[in-house]
Amino acid sequence: MKILVAIKPVPNPDEKVKIKGDGSGIVLDNIKMVVNPFCEIAVEEALRIREKLTGEVVVVTVGPKEGEQQVRTALAMGADRAVLVEAGTDLDSLAVAKVLAKVVADEKAELVLMGKQSVDDDNNQVGQILAAVLGWPQATFASKIEFVADNKKANVTREVDGGLETIEVALPAVVTTDLRLNEPRYASLPGIMKAKKKELKVVPLASLGVDTTPKVKVLSFAAPPLRAGGGRVADVAELMSKLKNEAKVI
Amino acid sequence: MADILVVVEHQEGVFKKNTLSVVSAAKALAGLTGGEVDALVLGDGAAAVADTAAGTGVRKVLLGEGAAFAKYLAVAYAGAVAQVVKAGGYGAVFAPASTFGKDFMPRLSGLLDAPLAGDIVGLEKDGDKLRVKRPMYAGNAIGTVELVGSPLLLTVRQTAFDPAATGGARAPVEKVAVTAEAGGTAFVSRQETKSERPELTEARVIVSAGRGIKAQENFKMVEELADQLNAAIGASRAAVDAGWAPNDWQVGQTGKIVAPELYIALGISGAIQHLAGMKDSKVIVAINKDEEAPIFQVADYGLVADLFKAVPEMITEMKKLKSA
Repeated sequence: MKILVAIKPVPNPDEKVKIKGDGSGIVLDNIKMVVNPFCEIAVEEALRIREKLTGEVVVVTVGPKEGEQQVRTALAMGADRAVLVEAGTDLDSLAVAKVLAKVVADEKAELVLMGKQSVDDDNNQVGQILAAVLGWPQATFASKIEFVADNKKANVTREVDGGLETIEVALPAVVTTDLRLNEPRYASLPGIMKAKKKELKVVPLASLGVDTTPKVKVLSFAAPPLRAGGGRVADVAELMSKLKNEAKVI
Repeated sequence: MADILVVVEHQEGVFKKNTLSVVSAAKALAGLTGGEVDALVLGDGAAAVADTAAGTGVRKVLLGEGAAFAKYLAVAYAGAVAQVVKAGGYGAVFAPASTFGKDFMPRLSGLLDAPLAGDIVGLEKDGDKLRVKRPMYAGNAIGTVELVGSPLLLTVRQTAFDPAATGGARAPVEKVAVTAEAGGTAFVSRQETKSERPELTEARVIVSAGRGIKAQENFKMVEELADQLNAAIGASRAAVDAGWAPNDWQVGQTGKIVAPELYIALGISGAIQHLAGMKDSKVIVAINKDEEAPIFQVADYGLVADLFKAVPEMITEMKKLKSA
């Protein structure tokens, strides 16, 4: 099966987010960029599917050239080759999805896997938009993927508000990954060495002929209202008394 | 501006209250730009849902019924909503930022080539331009976003808008004809997490447990405390990943966003991703052995203690309070 995995580099989610003084963006100096955690899960799932069904795993990212580093991480995990569509950081979800649709068509992928959301923009959109642009079925928030009907269909279990839901999708399809799908492997040292030699094709955005004029623009960033926490109580008796008499919530 | 459409969420014929906050957000937009707010219900035997929606102060309710909507499928929903939007000339479409809205609204964005802002917490006008506010970076930044084009697609963070009142004068319910194409998808099964407790996103009190609870069987103690407080139960990602709690209990950036009157965090360290889901709670209690745990920085009442001692004491105290 030919699987395309779309990944996004994001600032390390365990580091504290600092907003620039003028609100124009996020301070990224000295912040390590990593593969978006949900995208790592997508890469891992693609590798597991390839281990079972054979095929090829192609990683694609859309963004600045520096993203090459995170693409190499995915190659080091075991992906076969990669495509980097070189673009600015101002593309919105619609533009990224349209660019990905071009790559999917060029690659004749049978399955697209991607994270359900990136932990920087928290949009949770690109996979679904891509499915619509391609006219393909979609299954979001996947916690389990099982192939059926001679691998022409997949049963995807989804993490939804009330519990779990399973839907069947005919392939080709777009599946977005949730936390419980798998535990991504670490890149091994031999994997890292091998990744350096794997094909990484850089495609200029302009060569794809996609209109990427943004329809969604983030104009500025502000810090959320600060919470005045840090209050302490000595024991359960004081806690319960304060909840009752001071906060009046019990 | 053109009229505004709210897509009503329901679970196979049971109206979901998150739609009430969506109606409020839609009315806030109507207040800024003009236009009327209509509701759309898609379902099979969803007349009761339409009736509830009709009492929320909307102009009218559009009811699209058909066997194809008996089970929710994003492909069918997005296609049907697109038809209604085009036929009615709607200038904006609203839905809850639940796993329902987050599933089909982006697909609608792709179908209509229309801008979507997810999880919005505010709307404002800057001159004649509309701006929306939405949390990014796990809620550590609030982005001010401009949308270009039409219709505007918005999913609404339930905790950011007061719910619209129900039971008002009934607006007319009009049937609409929509075709449903499931486009290569089919419903297979659903495993509902059964609970007698209030829903996480609707509860007044939430008792939540994390890694510190150590084992699934220890959730018994959490349940007992929750019973005393008539609370819903939540969990951190660590507790869900460990298999101690079902996925839909997860509170955080990628789980449920909650803002109850009282949030009690038991053995939760307070990772950024968890704080993103609960830091707008009115009162936060944290109980943790580790006095350096980041959860204490957002807690109104922090107690450095062994939760296996503290929680049984809380249960006893609650029983005393109730019998007093």
